Amino acid sequence: MSKIRNAFADGKAFIPFITCGDPDLETTEKVVRAAVENGADLIELGIPFSDPTAEGPVIQGANIRALAGGITTDKIFDFVTKLRKDITIPLVFMTYANVVFSYGAERFMKRCNETGIDGIILPDLPFEEKEEFADVAAKYDVDLISLIAPTSADRVAMIAKDATGFIYVVSSLGVTGVRSEINTDIGSIVKVIRENTDVPCAVGFGISKPEQAEKMAGLSDGAIVGSAIIRLLEKYGKDAAPYVGEYVKSMKDAVRKA
Amino acid sequence: MSQSKGRFGVHGGQYIPETLMNAVIELEEAYNKYKDNPEFNRELTELLNNYAGRPSLLYYAEKLTRELGGAKIYLKREDLNHTGSHKINNVLGQALLAKKMGKTRLIAETGAGQHGVATATAAALLDMECVVFMGEEDTKRQALNVYRMRLLGAEVIPVTAGTATLKDAVSEAMREWTKRIEDTHYCLGSVMGPHPFPTIVRDFQAVISREARAQILEAEGRLPDAVIACVGGGSNAIGSFYHFIPDEGVKLIGCEAAGRGIDTFETAATVNTGRIGIFHGMKSYFCQDEYGQIAPVYSISAGLDYPGVGPEHAHLHDIGRAEYVPVTDDEAVNAFEYLSRTEGIIPAIESSHAVAYAMKLAPTMDKDKIIIITISGRGDKDCAAIARYRGEDIHE
Repeated sequence: MSKIRNAFADGKAFIPFITCGDPDLETTEKVVRAAVENGADLIELGIPFSDPTAEGPVIQGANIRALAGGITTDKIFDFVTKLRKDITIPLVFMTYANVVFSYGAERFMKRCNETGIDGIILPDLPFEEKEEFADVAAKYDVDLISLIAPTSADRVAMIAKDATGFIYVVSSLGVTGVRSEINTDIGSIVKVIRENTDVPCAVGFGISKPEQAEKMAGLSDGAIVGSAIIRLLEKYGKDAAPYVGEYVKSMKDAVRKA
Repeated sequence: MSQSKGRFGVHGGQYIPETLMNAVIELEEAYNKYKDNPEFNRELTELLNNYAGRPSLLYYAEKLTRELGGAKIYLKREDLNHTGSHKINNVLGQALLAKKMGKTRLIAETGAGQHGVATATAAALLDMECVVFMGEEDTKRQALNVYRMRLLGAEVIPVTAGTATLKDAVSEAMREWTKRIEDTHYCLGSVMGPHPFPTIVRDFQAVISREARAQILEAEGRLPDAVIACVGGGSNAIGSFYHFIPDEGVKLIGCEAAGRGIDTFETAATVNTGRIGIFHGMKSYFCQDEYGQIAPVYSISAGLDYPGVGPEHAHLHDIGRAEYVPVTDDEAVNAFEYLSRTEGIIPAIESSHAVAYAMKLAPTMDKDKIIIITISGRGDKDCAAIARYRGEDIHE
């Protein structure tokens, strides 16, 4: 069974996103540890991409900082090996199809398996193109995580039926980034998901405040936060870890109430 | 069984966020509904002929032919279209389609500004709102086109992300589309991006070779030996090639922007220097590093300054049906000046890449051979930049 289930075994999950190498891997390590110590149930590790078309300005900025610092896919795999000496919660990658494709899908998934990556989120790989990586991901026990959007409509059931790991429910139209309000009818989407699979689903895009996290986790199995954490990295740089830790704690507390 | 649609060999596909999937499906359904609809085609032909000035001339460049001393050279004059380039062919088709779909707003990316101007023009004519994304670098290189778009009622948004050129304008237009789908059509300007764009744009640009094929048969009683066009994303090239693809005796030659040379990093020659990858919704050839990070490309031509190429071109390259050759900034600038002097026709710096290759090829061919060069646009917009290249600072 997918190790990702463990993240949802103990109530609602809180899932932070952290871009690897922003501004350097030493900081990423401190930030990941702070998140784990403060209750993160699963961590999305971003492998930077030069042209992240699904990201808003905040995460674009993290990608630029990390790439400027010389981060590479190989350095990130070595970094995961180091994390896995003691960190046991599920870890998934979030990156773009070309990062996997250019590395070689087989070689990439094999290294995920060897280093301890449990799943991968590729925002530019919709259902119709899954077969690009699905078989080889399955071969190496890496869950290819599906996304469902506010515009998915009649596609929700089809995507949910094939989902592995967890389902990433995109809360809003547009790209990643903090939003003051989320207006999508998440409840209806989750209802269709539940009718078609028992794979857990978590909501992301636009969540920054504890009240939002509580509400979204209440409607699903968890809340995902990216840009709000990256903003702390933007602001505090190499000293961001304690601030991220404190923030994760406040969000995990909110999600627990859901 | 593959679910993937819009493949050209291994290339193409729909590598886009789930948020956009229903939008591209809706677009594909609408296109299939209207593409053979007589009323739609009557309206489009009316616009192309009576608004954009089609058919465009196939002009026998007698002086150019004599000076180069080889093959007979014909110029397919897309520069004479309304708005000054081939871009209007595709834009009128897509804008009309968007209108039928009930969309009220067009968004577009632009490099040199030609596609942006064409989109702003169609939006003005068809009473649609228009927003154009343009790399900040390109807004400086092509200031006149920025003014033109604003004059036509469009909003121009300078894109500062990444290299602030065409690829970043495409990324930003895609981001904008995911934000606002309901009333907005993304009027993509080249044969790239996710299915169905490469097919739709090719079909609307195929008017170039449909006319050229008939015109050359009329003028010469036979098909040409070579068709030459410049390739960035590749819309004028695919339009120029399309109806000649089944004619195996016709060589199809795409001219890529080599910038300062394909042995330098300052190049945009994707087929010559790139490798297969997945970006901007498609699988195709891209300039990228060993980890798949998209390379910052360079060309003097803002319209060819793109790190990828349309998937159908990638396929035509794979099967050997078309040949893709690199042309440097220097060669293109020489051709820009040469055609102006020789024929009194100022070609766009993009099209000058095709002229430059023809200048090398024609003298090697017998006098009974025929070449068609597509002059995809006019060069007025480039005069200040070329003057700068030659060390002369003129104010527009």
